[in-house]
Amino acid sequence: MTSLATNLATSEALPRRQSRVWRKFRSNKAALLGGIIVAFFVIVALLAPLLPVPGPAVTDWGAVRQGPSAAHPFGTDEIGRDVLSRMIWGARASLMAGVVSVGIAVLVGVPLGVLSGYLRGWTDAAISRVTEALLAAPFLILAIALAAFLGPSLTNAMIAIGISAVPIFIRLARGQTMSVMTEDYVESARAVGLTHWALITRYIVPNIFPPILVQGTLTIATAIIAEASLSFLGLGQQPPAPSWGSMLNVAKNFLEQAPWMALYPGAAIFLVVLGFNLLGDGLRDALDPRDH
Amino acid sequence: MTAILSTRGLRKDFVTAKPLFGEATVVQAVAGVSLDIAAGETFAIVGESGCGKSTLARLLLRLIDPTAGEVWYKGEDLASLPPARLRALRRDLQFIFQDPFSSLNPQMSVGALIEEPMRVHSIGTRTERRAKVADLLTRVGLRPEHADRYPHEFSGGQRQRIGIARALASGPTVLIGDEPVSALDVSIQAQVVNLLEDLKDDFGLTLVIIAHDLAVIRHMADRVAVMYLGEVVECAPAGDLYAHPLHPYAEALLAAIPVASYGARPARTMVEGDPPNPIAPPPGCKFHPRCPYATDICRVERPVLADMGGGRTVACHRATELSLQGLADLEQARTPAARGRFALYAQAMADKTAHNRPE
Repeated sequence: MTSLATNLATSEALPRRQSRVWRKFRSNKAALLGGIIVAFFVIVALLAPLLPVPGPAVTDWGAVRQGPSAAHPFGTDEIGRDVLSRMIWGARASLMAGVVSVGIAVLVGVPLGVLSGYLRGWTDAAISRVTEALLAAPFLILAIALAAFLGPSLTNAMIAIGISAVPIFIRLARGQTMSVMTEDYVESARAVGLTHWALITRYIVPNIFPPILVQGTLTIATAIIAEASLSFLGLGQQPPAPSWGSMLNVAKNFLEQAPWMALYPGAAIFLVVLGFNLLGDGLRDALDPRDH
Repeated sequence: MTAILSTRGLRKDFVTAKPLFGEATVVQAVAGVSLDIAAGETFAIVGESGCGKSTLARLLLRLIDPTAGEVWYKGEDLASLPPARLRALRRDLQFIFQDPFSSLNPQMSVGALIEEPMRVHSIGTRTERRAKVADLLTRVGLRPEHADRYPHEFSGGQRQRIGIARALASGPTVLIGDEPVSALDVSIQAQVVNLLEDLKDDFGLTLVIIAHDLAVIRHMADRVAVMYLGEVVECAPAGDLYAHPLHPYAEALLAAIPVASYGARPARTMVEGDPPNPIAPPPGCKFHPRCPYATDICRVERPVLADMGGGRTVACHRATELSLQGLADLEQARTPAARGRFALYAQAMADKTAHNRPE
């Protein structure tokens, strides 16, 4: 009876790590706002086919470059397409570009980084030198060069952005792996007789995951800007399919006659990037092990 | 004596600096250690920080690769085993870490941590392993329901118990503890030491305990090896060593144990200064710069471990001529009243232990 009581008491006093991270995240107003912004855009992008708006490529020649009105809340573009509809469908391109390119960067970069930090020696030297060579070229320039090389399409833009972001994750995963490798629990895994594979998947990857999650969230924001830039340059989403970057590209020709064509996609990019940055910062604070 | 674990000429060099050209700077952390650890005994390895005792402990399990030498366990040399065979042998040889806060993977539940060694070595079915986890948790003084918790929810002493349960899970024959209690509060230290002793009896283990002072392992060790700068300077049955050490360094370590007695200890420091730089150890006996008994030969010729009979070995030129002070002398120096009280205390403790052990 007593033992049950003490047991309950201690479990009250020491909450689980998961719930503590969540509580800390929740108490951070900015992070919560970031999460809400991101969730809003994700939901809108997912529900695009169900929303009561005209198709993104449907032209209304009777309403070309019209300002916001009841029929077209965000106005129409130079060939009479609904800006709101194009933004909603464009959100799919932007968010997908952000998520897919970061996905590519994580899937390629993290294994290489872990390998580099785990094996050290020549493997590490080779991987690190290539990483440094890639880092020598600025992120966006590298992405533009790769996209131009691969040919203009949204898929190629995502691949180009993904490859450009790989070195960030190699570096991060390598450093985190090296720091985890100094922990006694890695030695304890070897003492128990674990194989290298089990040690990496059960000990190293779970312990380096939090910083990679944070970096991934922040890089999604960068990738969304990169996709918009590539589309602006004509290297990303191809017409007539909408993306925020290509909308801006067209809108720059009509800034004086139809400013709303640039205003709304620009604001959307600003908001979603802000959202991902706030979310990433919040996750970093919430997952910080120093507060545990 | 049947040795379960033996080392021969075990050596480990660490490279501290390697310039692009020229010779690398090398530290001999373990400089040729030969030991025989008997089945079923508690063997303690003692020495101050930096003497290579933790390196030796890791070499015993080949958690690090030796530079030279052999480690024999049941007819196999661990130092030259292929990785797959070594992994299989890890079932028999387990390790307890010094720092309970960094030796448990924070991402795994206590149950998963304790179950892991059994899973790695394919011991039992899932249900059997779960039952064993619950049993082990009880054996180390925790509760079966703790299996679902995570390491950060426990105190240092509790975590060390979890570490011990994990070490026991695969059913080892030899348990090596690298200062298993030095990171714990003094009150908790005694509990964990008692736990290790009980488990040793229950599971028929051979214990190898690394410690930096002789106080902790006093009532626990059967035999003690004293290390200084990577070498064993004295190895003896614990009772003999505590009563009459043969090496001046062992005497110095004994003198560092607090004795509860007024005026029991002469007001002098046995050994002064820090150990010499292990990169460039002094010529002759490595201990001579700090040794109060050093003579000319000690400064020139390095002493080798010599058999002194009665299972004692010592590496000292003057071992036969010196009469060094052990703990027994100090305790004799207590006042009669103090001696009486200590005797009463010892009696009470003995009664309590007998009472607490339901047989």
